[in-house]
Amino acid sequence: MPLQPTGRRMTTPLTHLQRLEAESIHIMREVVAEAEHPVMLYSIGKDSAVMLHLAKKAFYPSPPPFALLHVDTTWKFKDMYALREKSARDAGMELLVHHNPEAKSRGINPFDHGPLHTDMWKTEGLKQALDHYGFDAAFGGARRDEEKSRAKERIFSFRTASHGWDPKNQRPELWNLYNARKKKGESIRVFPISNWTELDIWQYIHLENIEIVPLYFSAVRPTFEYQGGLFMADDVERLEQVMGERPEITERSIRFRTLGCFPLTGAVESSAATLPEIIQEMLLTTTSERQGRVIDKDGGDASMEKKKQEGYF
Amino acid sequence: MTSHAYETEALIAEDIDAYLERHQHKTMLRFITCGSVDDGKSTLIGRLLYDSKMIFEDQLAALESDSKRVGTQGGEIDFALLVDGLAAEREQGITIDVAYRFFATEKRKFIVADCPGHEQYTRNMVTGASTADLAVILIDARKGVLVQTRRHSFLCHQLGIRNIVLAVNKMDLVEYDRATFDAIVADYAAFAESIGIEGFVALPISGFKGDNITASSPHTPWYDGPSLIEHLESVEVRASVDGEKPFRMPVQWVNRPNLDFRGFSGLIATGSVRPGDAVRVLPSGKTSTVKSIASFDGDMAEAQAGQSVTICLEDEVDCSRGNVLAAADDPPEVADQFEATIVWLDDEALLPGRGYWLKLATQTVSASIAEPKYEINVNTMEHLAAKTLELNAIGVAEVTTDRPLVFESYADNRALGGFILIDKVTNRTVGAGMLHFSLRRAQNVHWQATSVTREDHAALKNQKPLVLWFTGLSGSGKSTIANEVEIGLKRMNRHTFLLDGDNIRHGLNKDLGFTDADRVENIRRIGEVAKLMADAGLIVLTAFISPFRAERQMVRDMLPDGELVEIFVDTPLEVAEGRDVKGLYKKAREGKLKNFTGIDSPYEAPERPDIVVNTVAMTPAEAADYIIKAIGQRI
Repeated sequence: MPLQPTGRRMTTPLTHLQRLEAESIHIMREVVAEAEHPVMLYSIGKDSAVMLHLAKKAFYPSPPPFALLHVDTTWKFKDMYALREKSARDAGMELLVHHNPEAKSRGINPFDHGPLHTDMWKTEGLKQALDHYGFDAAFGGARRDEEKSRAKERIFSFRTASHGWDPKNQRPELWNLYNARKKKGESIRVFPISNWTELDIWQYIHLENIEIVPLYFSAVRPTFEYQGGLFMADDVERLEQVMGERPEITERSIRFRTLGCFPLTGAVESSAATLPEIIQEMLLTTTSERQGRVIDKDGGDASMEKKKQEGYF
Repeated sequence: MTSHAYETEALIAEDIDAYLERHQHKTMLRFITCGSVDDGKSTLIGRLLYDSKMIFEDQLAALESDSKRVGTQGGEIDFALLVDGLAAEREQGITIDVAYRFFATEKRKFIVADCPGHEQYTRNMVTGASTADLAVILIDARKGVLVQTRRHSFLCHQLGIRNIVLAVNKMDLVEYDRATFDAIVADYAAFAESIGIEGFVALPISGFKGDNITASSPHTPWYDGPSLIEHLESVEVRASVDGEKPFRMPVQWVNRPNLDFRGFSGLIATGSVRPGDAVRVLPSGKTSTVKSIASFDGDMAEAQAGQSVTICLEDEVDCSRGNVLAAADDPPEVADQFEATIVWLDDEALLPGRGYWLKLATQTVSASIAEPKYEINVNTMEHLAAKTLELNAIGVAEVTTDRPLVFESYADNRALGGFILIDKVTNRTVGAGMLHFSLRRAQNVHWQATSVTREDHAALKNQKPLVLWFTGLSGSGKSTIANEVEIGLKRMNRHTFLLDGDNIRHGLNKDLGFTDADRVENIRRIGEVAKLMADAGLIVLTAFISPFRAERQMVRDMLPDGELVEIFVDTPLEVAEGRDVKGLYKKAREGKLKNFTGIDSPYEAPERPDIVVNTVAMTPAEAADYIIKAIGQRI
């Protein structure tokens, strides 16, 4: 059979989403090829949903060759827990859930313990889980457009054996050549969607029809006000236990721009009930995504940078 | 905000589906901004984000308060505070690391790498430039072309950026004077030509005031070119150029969920591919035909440069990570010796001859770099003689790899011509390089297959070859113990040869001194000699200080698995110094002997030696017995 010549065809330029998707898939495959024991951190939010979808695409027809790890605080919304189980099942992936036993036994909660809640459940919990399972590479869904210190972080972010991040001593990262080499005990956090923006994420969810937690869509839900913010009363009994009194509940049409622990994640009043409406609202809105989350504000300008040095995602 | 932005906002409000449809078809451009410390880079990026509405009200409020508190613009909005993200940067008011920023216009999405300007952050700039399609070189209109301008332009050109924008900034501070602008452009043009930059676009701008950023400025009626955004929206992106080159896809991962499916996953570097295309697997050269391009959304009719795909072939050809699938009639070259431009990125200087990991596309091999042919002064572009490359230095050198690499010149194909170097001990990314061409030597020197094999040699001697590598401080007892071991092996009728440090330095290595680079070359030669002797079936004993882990690893990599036995002669420094058989420690302490291991040159003890002998607890004869027992089963 004569050889059919290849290449040198006129092609239509790839769209920005096609390029971002290809980059993320390339990153995931590099990790699977070079790391010994990778895991995907899964927080059930929209970024996690996109990550999981990309992983399915990257390894199709194989299921993604790693487990999902949820470092849980026990304070997530009920809808999130429901989707967590379903997503892992649909993808044919193992789901690992870790609760920091110390945080559990000391009853650490977002009302009484403020920043300690994040530190104990999430930062310490994550370190415990990574050590416990011996993961040497962990995928995370952080994006560079989220926060200033994130904008400076590498895609392959090297961590010491004690999970520390040294922002002034990051490995140079050229082209798409990632250095995954490390010693025993050291690990790498990998951010495949570093170059995606919030709009890219939403548009991709829309185009690819990716299932997300219903809380992103507006609906009438029980709410209460706390320290000037609007929150959802997802579990009134539990709120009453830790707040010492039953919050005053009002039914409002609300949704969430970002999802974390229900007492730490502020809701917005909205009528956006479809993805285009969500995107429309996001584009016309005047506050940035993370404003609803308390976590970036503890400790001033360098708050996220400091948390990351201590081992937070 | 511009009228464009208002139109966009109206479209979002009135017809979100139409907006999404438009946004979905945007292309992407990655660019880098560079300039010296006060040229206003961060301000320009802040301006681009601001004008494209990428800054939200809460961020703006925080920015206004920060500007008053720590800003450098006399209380006016200091856009630089938006982009300098690390605490140290905000404190010092400088950019240390590359930051990536995102904004979109009607036509494109942009990723901006904001790079530091200081010479000590050259490595960060090179990092930012490696993924860029275009470079915006900022010049302060009051200062003109500076040393930094030249350095940044040179680096961008070296990294293969063909679209250069010269943004003459702070035009507001020179009264938008045309003559000033023209003089700077003429000055830059002369320089650009001298380093081979084929063309550039020059714009008079003010990042602070917003002139010629999104639209033509009324302050520069004499300028009739595009605004910065207009230019960025229309320039051709590299991805579309790559699509027209011959097909190449480095294989990242073999996808094998079951016996019926075997796919090769990778990111297409150049060209395009369709089912039925003839492809060649490199370096083996085997050919096959593309059966299908599998994807989550169904088989694809065609895939092109920039897409991550999984390709199934008609035949069961051998192909794994590190191989390259290429157009059968137009494949890339395979070689193991190259000339390359090297950029050094680590505090610890390049050691010529040392083995580093070299990663190129999905291939990782062991490589050594020869003494540079020259270093390039990044400020004057002069070629300087160099023995090594220090942090941030750029030079041209020969690279030798231990296995053949599938490659193309960096100028033709970034994906198959760009590589990183990784230190084998620290695992840091220590260098980056761009291949120029393979050396004829590698093309013309072939391995001659010999009929009597190494197995034949060993069988004749009725033994298994082994290299017993003794390492330890001077005076630790290496030579004495190795000598005892050889006597013991002779009694067992084993064919041996002892290579001793001092003896080799009288002959084979008499041209070498004791600098780090010479120590590396010393061990490389001994490794090669030991390897030849092992090939001849001998049990080789070597007694050398061999202070660096990386070189001992290099020798281990030269030999078949398990053939090197690393024996650590563990003697504390004070004991070795107390013995001082040759009087060398005394000389070293008196400063009469430089680079003496343990005194003013480091000894890196083995982390996982095969055998350890403690010479404080054992006599040389006991140590030798212990070693012979330990290797007894293997010879």
